[in-house]
Amino acid sequence: MAKVTIDGHLMDVPDGTTILNAARMMAEQHPELSANVPPAMCYYSKLEGSGGKCRTCLVQVTKGSEKDPRPMPKLVASCRTTVMDGMEVQNKLSAQVQDARKGVVEFLLLNHPLDCPVCDQAGECHLQDLGYEHGSQNTRYEFKRRTFEVEDIGDKVKLHMNRCILCYRCVFTANQITEGRVHGIINRGDHAEISTYIHQSIDNDFSGNVIDVCPVGALTDKTFRFKSRVWNTNPYNAHRECTNPKCKGHVVLWMAGNDILRVTARKDQWGEVESFICNECRFDKKSLGDWIVEGPRKIDRHSVISGGHYNSLSDKKVLTKSTTFAVMEGSRKD
Amino acid sequence: MKFNETELKEVERLVSRYPADRQKSALIPVLHLAQVANGNWLDAETMDYVASLLKITNIEVYEVASFYSMFNLKPVGKYLFEVCQTGPCNIQGAKDIIAYIEKKLGVKEGEVTSDGLFSFKRVECLGACGYAPMLQLGEHFKEHLTPEKIDAIVDEHRMKAGL
Amino acid sequence: MSRKLLLDKAHIAGIETFEVYRKEGGYRAAEKALKSMTPDEITEEVKKSGLRGRGGAGFPTGMKWSFLAKPEGVPRYLVCNADESEPGTFKDRFLMEKIPHLLVEGLIVSSFALGANTAYIYIRGEYAWIVHILEKAIAEAKNNGFLGKNILGTGFDLEIYVQRGAGAYICGEETALLESLEGKRGNPRIKPPFPAVKGLYDCPTVVNNVESIAASVPIINMTGDEYAKIGLGRSTGTKLISASGNINKPGVYEIVLGLSVEEFLMSDEYCGGMKNGKKLKACVPGGSSVPILPHDLLFKTANGETRLMTYESLSDGGFATGSMLGSGGFIVYDEDQCIVENTYNFTRFYRHESCGQCSPCREGTGWMEKLLWRLENGQGKIEDIDLLWDIQRKIEGNTICPLGDAASWPVAAAIRHFREEFEWHVTHPKEAMERNYGLRKNIYVAPTPAGA
Ligand SMILES: Cc1cc2nc3c(=O)[nH]c(=O)nc-3n(C[C@H](O)[C@H](O)[C@H](O)COP(=O)(O)O)c2cc1C
Ligand code: SF4
Ligand code: FES
Ligand code: FES
Repeated sequence: MAKVTIDGHLMDVPDGTTILNAARMMAEQHPELSANVPPAMCYYSKLEGSGGKCRTCLVQVTKGSEKDPRPMPKLVASCRTTVMDGMEVQNKLSAQVQDARKGVVEFLLLNHPLDCPVCDQAGECHLQDLGYEHGSQNTRYEFKRRTFEVEDIGDKVKLHMNRCILCYRCVFTANQITEGRVHGIINRGDHAEISTYIHQSIDNDFSGNVIDVCPVGALTDKTFRFKSRVWNTNPYNAHRECTNPKCKGHVVLWMAGNDILRVTARKDQWGEVESFICNECRFDKKSLGDWIVEGPRKIDRHSVISGGHYNSLSDKKVLTKSTTFAVMEGSRKD
Repeated sequence: MKFNETELKEVERLVSRYPADRQKSALIPVLHLAQVANGNWLDAETMDYVASLLKITNIEVYEVASFYSMFNLKPVGKYLFEVCQTGPCNIQGAKDIIAYIEKKLGVKEGEVTSDGLFSFKRVECLGACGYAPMLQLGEHFKEHLTPEKIDAIVDEHRMKAGL
Repeated sequence: MSRKLLLDKAHIAGIETFEVYRKEGGYRAAEKALKSMTPDEITEEVKKSGLRGRGGAGFPTGMKWSFLAKPEGVPRYLVCNADESEPGTFKDRFLMEKIPHLLVEGLIVSSFALGANTAYIYIRGEYAWIVHILEKAIAEAKNNGFLGKNILGTGFDLEIYVQRGAGAYICGEETALLESLEGKRGNPRIKPPFPAVKGLYDCPTVVNNVESIAASVPIINMTGDEYAKIGLGRSTGTKLISASGNINKPGVYEIVLGLSVEEFLMSDEYCGGMKNGKKLKACVPGGSSVPILPHDLLFKTANGETRLMTYESLSDGGFATGSMLGSGGFIVYDEDQCIVENTYNFTRFYRHESCGQCSPCREGTGWMEKLLWRLENGQGKIEDIDLLWDIQRKIEGNTICPLGDAASWPVAAAIRHFREEFEWHVTHPKEAMERNYGLRKNIYVAPTPAGA
């Protein structure tokens, strides 16, 4: 075990835990500390090798360890830095961290199209949240935003490269969760993009999971496109006996009335799926008869950007999940 | 494109330099070989062939080929002038040399002359800063460039191609 | 005090062949090391020599070797960094072309010290013809029993392979280099783990620059103590400097560390002074990444001391008034050169070479490039200068690998020392398109705070 202090809160965590996961553990035990958890746009605990790239989770290590108390010379990526016994970390408390994070958010939004009004991810986009919490009101970027040629990657997943932040999560997912990866990162630097290079369709048992791991609206569900805004649908936990041995069949159904508009995996507090689901569950089971509905799911998203502006809190009523779920009670079919 | 006997031997030699199961290490050297064999550029078919030789997936080859600036993913001239435009070359007149090449060949950057022989591309520092301005042509550097030298290089290669 | 340890024989006809190199005393260090020294003794000599990495960072080579993890039954690798892509740097090329056996011999000595049975030379793809020179030298060494199995009957085995890159500056960064050597994109790895623990194929690996490895030969021949007597203070030995720009004699020079910058630039033995009698405007002394120095801070430090070609003296004054020895790429600018254009040019280079993994570097370099283009082309605004400052500040230190820093420092230093020239580009846009600003007018008075 190692003792680590984050923003003045002390906790014992198992050796080898990263700073980010230590902060998450703290928040799981003390929900009031949730706001102290560094944001993570590229790290994904279920994907080996992920993290370190987006730099939103940078923190300051003010004391390296009990043995070697020297502070670390640079900010470190909390998702890829393991705690040492006696380590002291500043996140919210460090002006340097806040300043750097503001910079990272600005960089991530620099070439982002801010097309939230027409983006299916709006309302559940991590970049929206991040921009809302750390961004500035106006962009300082006066140049044309970068755009990519549109690539059709099949009838299930829609790729919007202009929105991509190159977190590499979908690449890790395709490598680690699916049978064969046909897409990847091609080109270099600010030309780097997600692509299959030869315009292939991405289609195998688990390919739909790239939608769930994408933190922005770069990979979305084609079968759901423009059917509805996320906040106008009602999420329900549901499950089925899935025959795919690698799929538990635990999902969220996004409903409008009795119609299933979209099926996704269930996501935890950190926006990560609890377990990956197969394409059959995601794309083919769109009738209520396919599912055992467990009940409404509480979704807590807290920001929205529209028309290139960050709306103030008062504009966010669209997101409140006050809609009653009564209508669903009778719709449960076994 | 398929490698001939000699080229396949070379692939074998390259692969043998790495531990077993690490044949992917040979990817970049084999792509160089493939690019030459395929007329100075890499099309998807050639890359897929390389993937099959090294027993890796196609996307692994695309990812790598598109990362490195020496791999041409579009057709180029038989003779590609890669002209350095970075700082030290820039202060020795790289811009003028590039303009001269453009005029001399009568094509824009990235285009190929109608006889298929020449094209040019601006590149970043090639490690010849003291001998600027310079360009790379195939496996060799042409240094201390002047318009006269460019003329001579173009003539020499026209001759080589039998024109 | 001129003395050569690496290039002393480089001018001899035929030195690129095994016969001549051997006749001139070559492979003595390899014999001495393998036959009469233990690996630890060699490492100890390199430590004593004070040799610091010649690839740019200046990390003590002996110390790096002693950090190499040595788990039982796991192979170790030595990888020679011959990627040489930092603008202004072309010294490794010179060494490999002229005297390839020196590198081969250095690799034998170093591999033996590290217990590596395989060494790879990762050479930038553009140096295609040098691959053949090196492979020929390796074959000759092997034919003469200096490579292969049971070298000189000592039981030590070593193979050296030359791996060609394909055009990517980032592959000079040691972990990007290892990725590339594994046949992948040159994306730097996230550290830790460091290569000394998990490097090539997840095995313990040392990555060293060509010149660092070659320097092990004179160190073994003369002993570490003797090597340490050459040079000045913690800057021991000799260093290859590649000189370019507006000078009379561009080229590669081996200098004894401690030579004054003025002598290096002005004397006929080295750069031979400014070309066409022009005035010196500025100098980038250690490759494009290091801060540019204006003419009035080059020969003397801010304290009025003579500026020397050493790690310490070139960085005297920190980034406020100093620079770095870096990779030894010495680029000289005369009064006719435009700092804004040069800064734009370098920034375009870094944008082009960014691997694109991390957001500050991927997005920030492109943003800076666009602002600098606008300033250079008479379309800039005064606020752009402060914005540039803010962007570089937000990249620096916040990226996965030091390319982000390398892209930030030239911008910061140019603004720090030449702000008036940037402002002139805004206030005199037409004139700036037609003529250059000339030397900076505000002669240095007091240190500008690094953060300002
Ligand atoms: C962007 C970047 C490019 C680099 N390019 C080179 C290079 O071309 N050659 C080199 O020897 N070191 C280069 N380095 C430094 C290497 O990462 C590494 O420190 C060096 O090879 C270690 O060798 P040394 O200790 O012998 O200097 C580069 C570093 C960075 C961050
Ligand atoms: S700093 Fe630049 S080059 Fe280095 S890892 Fe990040 S994006 Fe790649
Ligand atoms: S979440 Fe840590 S760097 Fe992206
Ligand atoms: S700047 Fe052109 S070769 Fe270095």
